Amino acid sequence: MTNTLHRFGEAESFRDDYVIFAIASKGKNDQDSLPKLRRFLQIAAEYKPVNLGDARHGGALRPSRNMDPTSHWNRDITPDFEAVIAGLDHPTTCAAVFDNRVAAEDFVKRIKDEDLGLSVNISTSIDGAEQCCHHACIPRHSVGYSLGFEGKTEKLPSSQVMMLSTMCGHGMVSHSLAKKMIDWVKEGRRTPEQAVTYMARFCSCGVFNPARAKRVLQDVIDAK
Amino acid sequence: MRINPEKCVACGNCTYICPMEAIYIDPVRKRATIKRDECVECYACYNGLSQEHLNPTMVRTVRRIFAALRIRFEPEPDVCPTAAFEPDELNWPRIVRRAFSDPRVPHESTGVEGRGTEEVKTNDVSGRVKVGEVGFTIEFGRPGVGARFTEIQEMCWALAKAGVSFEKKNPITSLMSDVPTGTLREDILGEKVMSAIVEIKVTVDRTEEIIRLVWAVEKRLNTVIALGVGTRCDENGEDHVVAPILESLGYKLERAKTNIGLGRINLVKEPAAAKEIVHA
Repeated sequence: MTNTLHRFGEAESFRDDYVIFAIASKGKNDQDSLPKLRRFLQIAAEYKPVNLGDARHGGALRPSRNMDPTSHWNRDITPDFEAVIAGLDHPTTCAAVFDNRVAAEDFVKRIKDEDLGLSVNISTSIDGAEQCCHHACIPRHSVGYSLGFEGKTEKLPSSQVMMLSTMCGHGMVSHSLAKKMIDWVKEGRRTPEQAVTYMARFCSCGVFNPARAKRVLQDVIDAK
Repeated sequence: MRINPEKCVACGNCTYICPMEAIYIDPVRKRATIKRDECVECYACYNGLSQEHLNPTMVRTVRRIFAALRIRFEPEPDVCPTAAFEPDELNWPRIVRRAFSDPRVPHESTGVEGRGTEEVKTNDVSGRVKVGEVGFTIEFGRPGVGARFTEIQEMCWALAKAGVSFEKKNPITSLMSDVPTGTLREDILGEKVMSAIVEIKVTVDRTEEIIRLVWAVEKRLNTVIALGVGTRCDENGEDHVVAPILESLGYKLERAKTNIGLGRINLVKEPAAAKEIVHA
């Protein structure tokens, strides 16, 4: 899932960003993987994630197909983890996002003990993943390094926008929306909490990290 | 994707959420309009915007009154008030755009959602990248720029000339008309996608050579590239081989995806009883 690999930021900026996902391999162990993937999500929910999702249905904050007009004034911005677990109906990548190392470490240890037989990956800073593995007494199997963005980088927006928009590596959170949310928060037109939920709803696999996004927006306010 | 002009009220919300900036408000028609050649059929507008089903005439009237009174109504920014987006029926080759841009659609060639490849994230089960090997994921168009297959073609040609092997279970490889030369199907070359990954594997001693090749080609391309390098760790979970090479080339390694090796092959066998029935 390179959609979690190439998040923009220095290692320190991933201190509250631990994406842990489970995946079955096509033709190798995917045939009976659905209950195992559901179990992965159920266990993740016990460790207070900030997002949870599957690659077919999205995360814990989803758009509405039939929105009530009064929602403009009282919109529910609470993530619905139970809906994610109940909605999983096909073997696909399932992800849990944590905003602290302790929760990520404890979850990895628990998943090791559960022995689901699925491939599990941790996407975060290199040190952060190593600490999770150390805590669970697991040697890393493989590692995929992000070398960042190259080529026509002059086409890319500011670093603040990139930190927000690359949290959906599939590109569903547009640079324009991220920029608009930064502006709205700066101008006091929306709170950081509200702004991150708008962006999170576009992430189609639930790996957007609302806690990190909120911190990025708060940093913008503090820097004013 | 199309926007139903009978429904669109030109609120402009969709112009901000389009990852390719392919939607604008036509000042003459007073409707949101899609630049068809820039649209990659990612469905962010259709899937990502919440939908209200308000009466378009009523919404236009309210907007006109507010505008006349110089009142700014600031609705939720992720809503289409009249559910004006309607998916088109996509034909070949345009359908390739959606396959590479809408993450919810599994690639036909691999059955995998997103960019259609498992790379090292199932390496503990697939054994795709072995000790002494390096797997490269060369991703085009990300983030938020997009790429055309003509650009991907150029990189594939250069890699093929260098004698690398393209990953078979990868959507780009499946679109090659001639894998040994890295030549893509001609009828897709003009298509634009959100992002696509070329995946190759080489022996570890060729790591620097491949990176220098990518550097040389990317200068000629009109898009961005996200480079990923995957390797198998040793029995202690360490990588003392690839990381030093990358750092010697000037990369500061900040983030990685770590496969923790909990997967195992679990092929479901045909029940013996069923076989007996067939023979009977």
